[in-house]
Amino acid sequence: MRYLLKSTVLELKLLARDPITVVFTLALPVIVLYVLGAVFGNTPNPRYYRGVGAMDFYVPAYIGITIASMGVIGLPVHLAGYRERGILKRFRASDVPIWSIIGGQLVVTVVAGAVGSLIVWLAGTATYHVAFPKAPILVLAAFLLAALCFGAIGVLLGTVLPGARAAQGAGIILWFVMMMVGGAGPPYEVLGRSLQVLGDAEPLRHVVILIQDPWLGFGWNTSEMLVAIAITAACAGLSYLLLKYPYWPLMFRGIIVGPRRRLSALR
Amino acid sequence: MPTVISVDGLRKRYSGVPVVDGVSFEVNAGEIFGVLGPNGAGKTTTVECLQGLREGDEGEVRVLGLDPWRESPQLRRRIGSQLQESSLPERIRVGEALSFFARPGSDWRHLLEDWGLADKRNTAFANLSGGQRQRLFVALALVNNPEVVFLDEMTTGLDPGARRVAWDLIEEIRRRGTTVVLVTHFMEEAERLCDRVAVINRGKVVAMGRPRELIAAHAGEVHVHFTVHQPVPWLKDVPFVHSLHQDDGSVEVLGEGAVLAHVGAALVAHGCAPEDLHVERMTLEDVFLRITGRQRETD
Repeated sequence: MRYLLKSTVLELKLLARDPITVVFTLALPVIVLYVLGAVFGNTPNPRYYRGVGAMDFYVPAYIGITIASMGVIGLPVHLAGYRERGILKRFRASDVPIWSIIGGQLVVTVVAGAVGSLIVWLAGTATYHVAFPKAPILVLAAFLLAALCFGAIGVLLGTVLPGARAAQGAGIILWFVMMMVGGAGPPYEVLGRSLQVLGDAEPLRHVVILIQDPWLGFGWNTSEMLVAIAITAACAGLSYLLLKYPYWPLMFRGIIVGPRRRLSALR
Repeated sequence: MPTVISVDGLRKRYSGVPVVDGVSFEVNAGEIFGVLGPNGAGKTTTVECLQGLREGDEGEVRVLGLDPWRESPQLRRRIGSQLQESSLPERIRVGEALSFFARPGSDWRHLLEDWGLADKRNTAFANLSGGQRQRLFVALALVNNPEVVFLDEMTTGLDPGARRVAWDLIEEIRRRGTTVVLVTHFMEEAERLCDRVAVINRGKVVAMGRPRELIAAHAGEVHVHFTVHQPVPWLKDVPFVHSLHQDDGSVEVLGEGAVLAHVGAALVAHGCAPEDLHVERMTLEDVFLRITGRQRETD
């Protein structure tokens, strides 16, 4: 616990000294939200956006997007960079528990996600008079579960991807795909059947509904909560195994890279 | 002296290729034990298995009576590690790093003075030179007064002056009772610091002992050199002399054991007292090259 506190304070200090990545990561959802607001406005249409105004729909969805951008870009880039440069190994070799380092990064992710969400909310409210959450406490609970879920996804990506650049590339692709099909891009209702299936298969859609439902007054969504918990548990379990046995991915990479190496040797 | 590290038949393979192939040795409390070997010999993998950073495939490893892999949390509290390849967050400051790794009550401030980092306390890791980073890593390894400290290529990146200061500090650490495992490329460092060394080549221990003993065991013939401007064929009959080469004034005598004393006595008896009479001693580096080079030739 002492190391978790130390690690959190340290990570917050490091973030304050080099905030540029996080600023860009948090700026992206606000920019896209404004573009969507300019296109769709906030007049309710019963055929789209679950029957509410576009901006009322998008603001809670973009809180999900903010969390997702920290989870699939911010955290994996940071963690993979730590792994790549031997920083994680340096911590592993001391008596600082590795979970406290990851815990510190998770707390920073949640804090940055909360700041980003607040910016999204304030921006939406100031410009489009977005409705206040109908059940604020449940929204807060949904936010925390969503942050935990994407935190676990981020730790897994940061653990399994070979380095910071790979994490950034993979993260941006994941983020865009999830945004487009997860209910934060075009309305779910206009997506074709195959894109709807893809949307249902990725975590953002579930997290967006988890936050949207109490925000828009549809109540707490237990099934989405269970999905988020299941994703969190699966990612956390896999991350634990991969951090405990860090050379497993190398073995898998050896299988994939092996034949290519042999081919290049023949040339 | 009690044994603090015992390694028996340690094996480690990567993708089926053996990197550590049946390594066995023991390290006694309070000694500086050197692990030497060419690049890729398996030195770092061996010491990483000792620190619980990798799991050996076979063999028995005990450090301070603990299994490094299964009991790593308990072990990490009692050892210090300076890793060959590691880093710190770019924006962390020197003082913050030491404070972060220090346990409550551990006085880390003297390490800033000891390792010449006092004026860098508020400098970010990214702004440190290679030598300063290296000194910070050694200081971090020592921050919690470990019983055993692992130093992997400790002086790589240090200039000759800083290297000698580091050697004095390592001797000081040992005087305080800490056992030191030193992985190094610098034979001069091993010869100066280590009580015993293990030479590892291709994952196997190919020689082990005190540096002086290894040198004596692999020294072969003793080479005596001097300059004299008259023929000295009578030196062939001096005890312990095997052969003699004279090229103008330069003389090389090859022999064994106490050949230097006998050659000196014979020269004085014949009225010669060359001022440059000296013996070329084999260094640990020569022994190392002889052992590891011989293995390469047998390929």
